[in-house]
Amino acid sequence: MSEVLKTSVPTLTPKDFATDQEVRWCPGCGDYSILAQVQKVMPGLGIPRENIVIISGIGCSSRFPYYMNTYGMHSIHGRATAIASGLKASRPELSVWVVTGDGDGLSIGGNHTMHLLRRNFDINILLFNNQIYGLTKGQYSPTSESKKVTKSTPFGSVDHPFNPLALAMGADATFIARTMDRDPKHLQQLLIRANQHKGASFLEIYQNCNIFNDGAFEIFTEKSSKPDETLFLEQGKPLIFGAQQNKGIKLDGFKPIVIELSEGHSPSDLWIHDERDFYKGQILVRMFEDPRIEGHLPRPFGVFYETDRPTYEDVLNLQIEEVVATKGKGDLDKLLRGNETWTIL
Amino acid sequence: MTRKEEVLQDVVIKFAGDSGDGMQLTGSQFTNNTALLGIDLATFPDFPAEIRAPQGTLPGVSGYQLRFSSDRVFTPGDECDVLVAMNAAALKSNLGSLKKGGKIIANTDGFDQKNLRLANYPDGVNPLLDDSLSNYEVIKMDVTKMTREALKDITMGVKEKDRAKNMFVLGFLYWMYNRNMDNTTTFIREKFGKKPEIMESNIKVLQAGFNYGDTTETFTTRFKVEKAKMEPGAYRSIMGNQALAYGLIAASQKSGLSLFLGSYPITPASDVLHELSRHKAFGVRTFQAEDEIAAITTAIGASYGGSLGVTTTSGPGMALKAEAMGLAVMLEIPLVICNIQRGGPSTGLPTKTEQSDLLQAYYGRNGECPMPVVAASTPSDCFDAVFEAVRISVEHMTPVIFLSDGYIANGAEPWKFPKSSDLPAIKVEFKKELAADEEKFQPYVRDEKLSRPWAIPGTAGFEHRIGGLEKQNITGNISYDPANHQEMVRIRQEKVDRVADYIPLQQLDSGPETGDILVLGWGSTYGAIKSAVSELQKEGVSVSHAHLRYLRPFPRNLGDVLRNFKKVLVPEINNGQLIKIIRDQFLVDAKGYNKIMGVPITKGEMKEQISTLLQK
Ligand code: SF4
Repeated sequence: MSEVLKTSVPTLTPKDFATDQEVRWCPGCGDYSILAQVQKVMPGLGIPRENIVIISGIGCSSRFPYYMNTYGMHSIHGRATAIASGLKASRPELSVWVVTGDGDGLSIGGNHTMHLLRRNFDINILLFNNQIYGLTKGQYSPTSESKKVTKSTPFGSVDHPFNPLALAMGADATFIARTMDRDPKHLQQLLIRANQHKGASFLEIYQNCNIFNDGAFEIFTEKSSKPDETLFLEQGKPLIFGAQQNKGIKLDGFKPIVIELSEGHSPSDLWIHDERDFYKGQILVRMFEDPRIEGHLPRPFGVFYETDRPTYEDVLNLQIEEVVATKGKGDLDKLLRGNETWTIL
Repeated sequence: MTRKEEVLQDVVIKFAGDSGDGMQLTGSQFTNNTALLGIDLATFPDFPAEIRAPQGTLPGVSGYQLRFSSDRVFTPGDECDVLVAMNAAALKSNLGSLKKGGKIIANTDGFDQKNLRLANYPDGVNPLLDDSLSNYEVIKMDVTKMTREALKDITMGVKEKDRAKNMFVLGFLYWMYNRNMDNTTTFIREKFGKKPEIMESNIKVLQAGFNYGDTTETFTTRFKVEKAKMEPGAYRSIMGNQALAYGLIAASQKSGLSLFLGSYPITPASDVLHELSRHKAFGVRTFQAEDEIAAITTAIGASYGGSLGVTTTSGPGMALKAEAMGLAVMLEIPLVICNIQRGGPSTGLPTKTEQSDLLQAYYGRNGECPMPVVAASTPSDCFDAVFEAVRISVEHMTPVIFLSDGYIANGAEPWKFPKSSDLPAIKVEFKKELAADEEKFQPYVRDEKLSRPWAIPGTAGFEHRIGGLEKQNITGNISYDPANHQEMVRIRQEKVDRVADYIPLQQLDSGPETGDILVLGWGSTYGAIKSAVSELQKEGVSVSHAHLRYLRPFPRNLGDVLRNFKKVLVPEINNGQLIKIIRDQFLVDAKGYNKIMGVPITKGEMKEQISTLLQK
């Protein structure tokens, strides 16, 4: 986000970011909460509305731009990341957001997601993961758990699911984070963090599809199980979780293990979270065990990893500036004439 | 020793050798040298299908045909006068197009046992030693030996030395055609400036080739072709893909829009990406995308942001871009899609030419999805045609397809290049203020061209959402209303149709306004049709030629033009595509001539077709 844009912005409210279009998600859909949190944090980001562009692909989540009173494009399936890349390359001063889903961003559009992250455009990707195809009425998605029974897998899915954050890590994303629709505060914080990050931000948001995959993340979101099943990452703090804050994660070699703090272990024995640690980041994103399996690790939420790397658009535009500085601005007549000409009298 | 100098009017040389022999470079150097003398010319590079087919084999032969003349020329020539054969395979695959009595310059080293076998000559047969070439004048030279000899004082590996072989031939031809070699020595100095050894060896061998002609008494005649009578003005030599790149830069300058190219490498379009990547000084942003889809969608993103979004590709890439083209039609934003056609379907014949994507350009998308289509007819015409494509795209807020093909993309010709001040401005208006009668911004209100306002992100007060779903007329909000959909389909079609009011009427390229036969062409068949028609006209045949640049919509008067002739012949390098559209739109009983062999139609074939149809 460029500094210039932050100046002299009139005070806006969440309402200023809502449109007159009727929101058409199913009642109870997790998308409502995400929309509300985005509208809530937007005024505080200090970006003029006209400089915000939200681009989506196809899927339930991709309706998002219609409900945001900014510039927006509801494009075609899987291509939001590529469209956003072209926009950001040519208009680096804009604040560009991509809203995509597990099908849109990881299946049909997986290729572009991966390359956007690798190139490190300063774009915020919000990946609504509901582990199902909602818009097409309930087929399994690339993040659905294996053996899942859906309309297209009546005998259970034989696919192995993607681990979206490991994928982002593999593509050298410079900001990798996870949050959930049911924790508005955390969601808001992470939206702000994603926006603050200069470079490609990959924010996975667990989103409940109450129609076709209700309760997919219940174990992480419900009061009864959340404390023991989730691990909220905080920079510089030990990895502690549990209803009594009595459990922690310790590294045994490269392997994270759960220890009980009451059993003679102190928080100083624990893994201290460092968002800038590339190697620990790799281990963190791999804490992705199927909660159906006995003895699984808790699922982390928060910022897993962040690093600084020049953005594609900055390097591209710098290159243009450098060429202009050394060669001078392009002269069309010189170009058309070329080096070798002859004249017919 | 005294030598004769013979003045010739028209010469066709074919440079042929193994793809590693540097024939393309040799040909293009001789071409530039010729152009600088004000001689008219046309070229046809003929690449092998494989990048490096096995050395010495028939599939590995790379050719470059150059025709130059003191008269105007429009084709690279049906047959050649001189065949440079660097090896046996080059001779074998090109002998068929050599005129009886033509010259063969043969590198004898390329006719050893191994090369003869690789070229599938029977055991013991060497065409240079038997009388099979008695109808031709054979000039045998051991190019390899003489190249090594010229470099005997330079310490370099033999392999490295042999790489300069093509320079020997080039030097010899410069001698034969009485040329000054300055442009090539300058070229070598620039190209190999950082590798002094290679630079020196190339120049030495070039000179050795020239001296060989000069000192060897066997060569008694040198040839000369005079300047052509061309329109006065300043000229340069230009290739199609280069002209296309320049046309895009010129259009970007004339519209004030910065140019964004999203592209994925594909033969024969990659050179446009290469060329544009060199011109960052014009603020050109080139983006080598991860695939064809990203190539077009990044361009859509850039257009949405107020740039001139362009994507370049060939047939297979077009197929992948189809859905995104539909999005651009729905968004109604400018976008230029350049298809440098090649042989299809599927991977087809990547290095060969074809005009078989016209129906794809017309219809190859889901839904009712009309887009203007513009085609270039010669290498230099790529400049003007793509400039027009940009103008239509920007002024009418619509994606436009530009068609070229492998033949004109790689072919070269003299170009009377324009001055930038002579190029028309392209009008762009970003929506920044409401008009007096507007209460609020509505993204799908239309002007008299039916184009909608272009309000780009960053413009306060004009925040709006667009997308691929059907939208309500005027407001642009999502609409599933049946009547609205019908109306929007009609509007999108009408908008493209109305482009016809903003393009010139169809002119005849030559011939009377009414007559027995009209040859109606489009794209790269221009030169062959023009040459054939002009010869027939001289023979007293009533024949006219019209060549289409605007393929969708057609010029308003095209129907009248067609109806003025008893017969209409539509030659195409495809299975009959324009002809389908012509018959459909004008109910004219046009006849087709379809050659689908990966090579251009020749003048001779064209003449024969016209004559046959006339007699029917
Ligand atoms: S189908 Fe599921 S994801 Fe889609 S809107 Fe309904 S609840 Fe939300």
